[in-house]
Amino acid sequence: MRDVAIVAAGMTRFGELWNASLRDLFVEAAQQALVTAGADHLDAMYVGNMSAGQFVGQEHLGPLMADHLGMAGVPSVRVESACASGGVALRTAFLEVACGGSDLVLAAGVEKMTDSPDVTEVLATASDQETEVYNGATFPGLYALIARAHMAAHGTTEEDLAWVSVKSHRHGALNEHAQFPRELTVDQVLSSAPVSEPLRLLNCSPVSDGAAAVLLCPLDQAKQYTDRPVVIRGAAMATGSMALTDRRDVAFLDAVEAAGARAYEMAGIGPEQVDVAEVHDCFSIAEICCIEALGFTPLGEGRHCARTGETALGGRLPINTSGGLKSKGHPVGATGVAQAVELFEQLTGGAGARQVAGAEFGLAQNMGGTGASSVVHILQAT
Amino acid sequence: MPSPRYWREIPSRYRLEATRCGDCGRVAYPPRRICFACRSTAAETIELSHEGRVITSTVVHVPPHAFLMEAPYALAIIETPEGARMMVQVADCDPESVEAGMMVALEFRLIRKEGKGGILCYGHKAVPAYPIGGEAEAELRAREEVAHA
Repeated sequence: MRDVAIVAAGMTRFGELWNASLRDLFVEAAQQALVTAGADHLDAMYVGNMSAGQFVGQEHLGPLMADHLGMAGVPSVRVESACASGGVALRTAFLEVACGGSDLVLAAGVEKMTDSPDVTEVLATASDQETEVYNGATFPGLYALIARAHMAAHGTTEEDLAWVSVKSHRHGALNEHAQFPRELTVDQVLSSAPVSEPLRLLNCSPVSDGAAAVLLCPLDQAKQYTDRPVVIRGAAMATGSMALTDRRDVAFLDAVEAAGARAYEMAGIGPEQVDVAEVHDCFSIAEICCIEALGFTPLGEGRHCARTGETALGGRLPINTSGGLKSKGHPVGATGVAQAVELFEQLTGGAGARQVAGAEFGLAQNMGGTGASSVVHILQAT
Repeated sequence: MPSPRYWREIPSRYRLEATRCGDCGRVAYPPRRICFACRSTAAETIELSHEGRVITSTVVHVPPHAFLMEAPYALAIIETPEGARMMVQVADCDPESVEAGMMVALEFRLIRKEGKGGILCYGHKAVPAYPIGGEAEAELRAREEVAHA
């Protein structure tokens, strides 16, 4: 396997982008990455997208996006793993470059959600239709079941959940790409409308449009495109039970732990060496479960981290410096790639007011459904 | 939902059919061809008891379209005495009163309607099952009275 580097990144602002279509979003992010690198060709493309077929009635995104990027002719395929589609696109591109199949590959993610009248219904297709959705489950409902189980097992409180949102928004307020770049208070979170108890509106990531892209090549060719490549040291995926009912412990994300363990092994580092991380905080409880499953904090201790500032900028391990899915936004298919964009900026010293000084290792964790699939990447600065 | 899709699920939804692994004994609901615990293909079909215990629950305030008229409703994972787990609504009580450990009975109920010319979709919902005597019953009944008042 060859060492693989990210040499350029691009992303749109996330939000309710009424002026931009699915293809507009993709082209903006992808072109930004190509122009930054000064690349005039591609050997392959992977398009992470959860559900354009249901959101806007468009399938077959591989050729569509290659065509609109002016790259018709290039092998291009859409990959799907619900909200982990972007992470899977990145891992697939990584494998293609690592194995020598291609030299210059674009990994991008895109989702256009605000054109759809039935976002809740479409998102629910990432859970088990026959057993969960049939009986009235929604995505917030499923994460609420996880939250209640976590509260019962570890004493987590609604205030702990609120602190996760407060911390994410404090970071997101510094991110010009964020959908909601403003700070929140614990009281605002705790007085927001209940969505599915104990989760309130401000515990939930928003419905968003957006796209993100990164450009990959072998590390020994990276200098053609940039002075500061970022190396992909770990790229791992795992799956777990689709339905919450089949989990050993409803409050623990097995696939996240497994993907993390594989990525750490591949990179040859442990959680204590990670300097900055982006984790999949689709709901506040998810960030708590993810940092426990990734070994950033002992099981049951995740609930304290946002409140104590351990996971805030300036803390022991800043988590979701981008604002996370909560503040930055969550165009589902784009999210996994957008996490890599944030790490690319952090590891090249380009994160501005959000910069984690001297960051060497960054970890991105993206997951689909209620954690039935998860992808973890570990990146290293050069 | 096309009618064959609905029809295929009837044995598990109407009769609570599940599979018990012939090798490790784990129970899967709905039935599976391969045991999720040991990959054995030796499975016997069993019928689950119409009772269980709440493992974790929530109250859904923002429902999908099919359940608009029912919100807020309690949604829970329950475990039957056979060890099978299922996701069901908990009805006939104040949704706020549903909590982990609560004993429930499973009743055959209308779950959703498809609309004009569509199928009426049935399945099971949980309802509170009062243990006979003891503090638990008194507590549950008192809570019910408060909810109804």
